[in-house]
Amino acid sequence: MSATRNEMGGERAPGDLAHGLHESAPHVPVFTGARRAELDELLTRYPQKMAALLPALWIVQEERGWVSSDAMAEVAEVLELTPAYVKGVVSFYTMYHQHPVGQHFIQVCTTSPCNVCGAEDVVNALLKHTGCEELGVTSADGKYTVIEVECLGACGFATPLMVNEKFIESVTPETVPALLASLG
Amino acid sequence: MGFPHPPHDRESVVLSKYFGDKEAIGLEGWRKRGGYVALQKALGMTPAEIVGVVKESGLRGRGGAGFPTGVKWSFMKPGDGKPHYLCCNADESEPGTFKDREIMRWTPHALVEGCAIGAYAIGAEVAYVYIRGEYTEALDRMNAACKEAYAAGILGTNAMGTGKTVHVYVHKGAGAYICGEETALMNSLEGRRGNPRIKPPFPAVAGLFGQPTTINNVETLVAVPHILNNGADWYKKFGRADNPKSTGTKLFSVCGNIQRPGNYEVAMGFPFKDFLYDLCGGPLPGRQFKAIIPGGISVPIQTREEAENSPMDYEGFVANGTMLGSGGVIVIDDAQNLVKQIARAARFFAHESCAQCTQCREGTAWTTKILERIVAGEGSTEDLDTLLEIGEQMTGKTICVLSDSCATPVKSGIEKFRGDFEALIKKKKVHMVPAQVA
Repeated sequence: MSATRNEMGGERAPGDLAHGLHESAPHVPVFTGARRAELDELLTRYPQKMAALLPALWIVQEERGWVSSDAMAEVAEVLELTPAYVKGVVSFYTMYHQHPVGQHFIQVCTTSPCNVCGAEDVVNALLKHTGCEELGVTSADGKYTVIEVECLGACGFATPLMVNEKFIESVTPETVPALLASLG
Repeated sequence: MGFPHPPHDRESVVLSKYFGDKEAIGLEGWRKRGGYVALQKALGMTPAEIVGVVKESGLRGRGGAGFPTGVKWSFMKPGDGKPHYLCCNADESEPGTFKDREIMRWTPHALVEGCAIGAYAIGAEVAYVYIRGEYTEALDRMNAACKEAYAAGILGTNAMGTGKTVHVYVHKGAGAYICGEETALMNSLEGRRGNPRIKPPFPAVAGLFGQPTTINNVETLVAVPHILNNGADWYKKFGRADNPKSTGTKLFSVCGNIQRPGNYEVAMGFPFKDFLYDLCGGPLPGRQFKAIIPGGISVPIQTREEAENSPMDYEGFVANGTMLGSGGVIVIDDAQNLVKQIARAARFFAHESCAQCTQCREGTAWTTKILERIVAGEGSTEDLDTLLEIGEQMTGKTICVLSDSCATPVKSGIEKFRGDFEALIKKKKVHMVPAQVA
């Protein structure tokens, strides 16, 4: 079961850094060229720069797969905020990764409506077939990270899960192996 | 319609008419289906005239609170020299609810149109649609719809050639149930942590960026073009003759242990029993409904017998001891360990508490711990009194109602299914039919 927002700064277990950039690698700025232009366009939508914070963090995560401390510092500079402030916001929201995650980041809904339809069995099947074994830990080959997530808003299509940006509905323990095979 | 099922002949299909129709997604197809006729009409009316029609229609907020939409809009004073904002709450996160998702996936232009009319009616030039980050498909379709609407001159500084300015921008959330609370949503949009704000001041006085703001749910806004096109009297005809307080059609999302989960659109006041058995097909083979939560997980849980008596409208559910809420119907059958599911609901709230109020931060966490202890067969008889006492302390004492929402299923669960709790505490097996029947 995932930890509560109360107990920790973010959703991710420290886990395995096998995939993605390491914190120690020198930071390559995100907001240059087309990405900078994208942010500049976004800034025209709001009367205050700070309102572009969530969108800017999304750009970082799309570009890099996660949001490192260095990236937070870059966002802070671009939006005239402090790195501490940005970290405070990042850590509030569950969807920003503060650590690198597997190539396929799998979030399974286990809230009550899906739970009564067997969501926990889907989680167990995923842990088994991905080789992750434990929630929040990336598999040894760096391919998968599986976490439980609260209500994905697809309760009529139990059990739904998200693989990165993609929604997959009506998953059962039996369909898990084929699902994983289709991810490549 | 009962998407993904074909529409049932007892549904009143208005908002969901084009669910599943791929041609309705794009602008061209949407125009062929009558799209943007209402916006053109609205831009030729005064804001006060639009507010008047919406007031007259009896439309009430579909996000959960049920506040009359026209009245909410009338709190805004166009021409007061301040920038006004409309926020569309598309952060649909109430467990059991997935109606706004289908609206945005299949009819994104309906929401763009509803937002544009709403913004104009409250004197706002900008509407933000705050969509939860997990709704990737809805986000893509809404972004595409806005882009099309700008390219066609529907949105922008000369909206539909009228010289009026209407912007609709999509804003992506990042995973937080609490951002569906209207003041938390505004904080999130401003680039802050999603902590709810103390009211007053109410959003109509000082909301987004400190300016007068109105927040409306997706389903509320998509109803507005239909009301302008067909008139308030047409809208009022949907509903019980003896209850003029609930008008129009309502989308209900149905999930859990039931034959045909999906989204169904019925007139207000539809008999809940017929809804569950006729439209949704009743329980799974060999099972019976045990508990029903009619309006998303935050409303009181009911026994099957209680639930079946309700007419499906704001007053009908309240008269039966629960609430319409968001219209997310969660059905739990006799093959489930109900206490485990109530514990799971509590864990949801513990996870989603923003943690700024003590009663909520501590209350949701302790409630979860005690319930999970009971589920593990380690509970004591005093635990039930402790849970009710904690629930009392969590109700009506915090900035927002997340805390109350956690206490609600626990309190109603213990009241109505005390035997299930006691059986677990006494380490007796709760009667369950084998789950593999289905």
